[in-house]
Amino acid sequence: MPDGGIAPEDDRIEAVVRQILVSMTGDLTAKEAVLLAELTALGRTVARVKSEIAALQVDDITGSHIPSATDELDAIVENTAKATNEILDACELLEQLQGSLPAEPAQRMQDAVTRIYEACSFQDITGQRISKVVGALKAIEARVDAVTGAANGRVAAAQASAPAPAVGPALTQGQALANGPQLPGAGVSQEEIDRLLASFD
Amino acid sequence: MALDKSINVLIVDDYRTMLRIIRNLLKQLEFDNVDEATDGQEALSKLRAGNFGLVISDWNMAPMTGLDLLKEVRADQRLRNLPFIMITAESKTENVIAAKAAGVSNYIVKPFNAETLREKIEKVLVHA
Repeated sequence: MPDGGIAPEDDRIEAVVRQILVSMTGDLTAKEAVLLAELTALGRTVARVKSEIAALQVDDITGSHIPSATDELDAIVENTAKATNEILDACELLEQLQGSLPAEPAQRMQDAVTRIYEACSFQDITGQRISKVVGALKAIEARVDAVTGAANGRVAAAQASAPAPAVGPALTQGQALANGPQLPGAGVSQEEIDRLLASFD
Repeated sequence: MALDKSINVLIVDDYRTMLRIIRNLLKQLEFDNVDEATDGQEALSKLRAGNFGLVISDWNMAPMTGLDLLKEVRADQRLRNLPFIMITAESKTENVIAAKAAGVSNYIVKPFNAETLREKIEKVLVHA
């Protein structure tokens, strides 16, 4: 291992190649010559990939693009909530006016308001879907940071300075099963749920 | 059999907009005594302190989820028979089975309509 210390994860391949090359003494057989050529090529490839990853402008991704994207998504949730509440304000006003109308138009108005209430529940589903996207973006950010840190040889230092992962309480069943809204076709419908519940009776 | 619409109903959801929508739909169904909580822990405190006849709860909330609230309710001697309807976007079969195993009275998947809400409330209150 270089410097006699613990090599970073990404340097291990190079270290192994170097050790094998050093161990090869005397005349090489044909097989060993092929192996040597392959190992040399592998070492060059590893070095090239490392330098390419290190040259990527990943700081833009973790420092700007992802935080900006999550801020935009938060703003969408906030704005849709505000708009939904304004729609609900208007609906509640209509319901107050309902009493001043004759029975038939009053009923039609209530039916229309009910449909608006039903439609407004989109905001909850939208919010939950966006939360899932934000979670995915944060996971990508962490992975990108880990990969580029490794390419820059920062792994050993990061591992040494990083605090041990916090060990929180185990997830409850409710938390473990909380997956949020499913894509169409991935979840069960209300009719299927009704049938499933009835099967237990 | 006529439903007692004077009962106290607790609705639990971390989205205030959703609380407002469910409250308004309940008002249309003539349930006027409605209280709210934004997570399971707050709901449990209100249930233990008050006299409720129905809980309508979301699942995905922090720190205490709707499923965990349901389990606490069913483990509580005074609350164990309280009608409990889950209204949630969690629509996997495993969620429905877990809720049923925990003792849910009925299960509504979001997005839902007013007719489904009325039907499930009537069903659980008639059988309560």
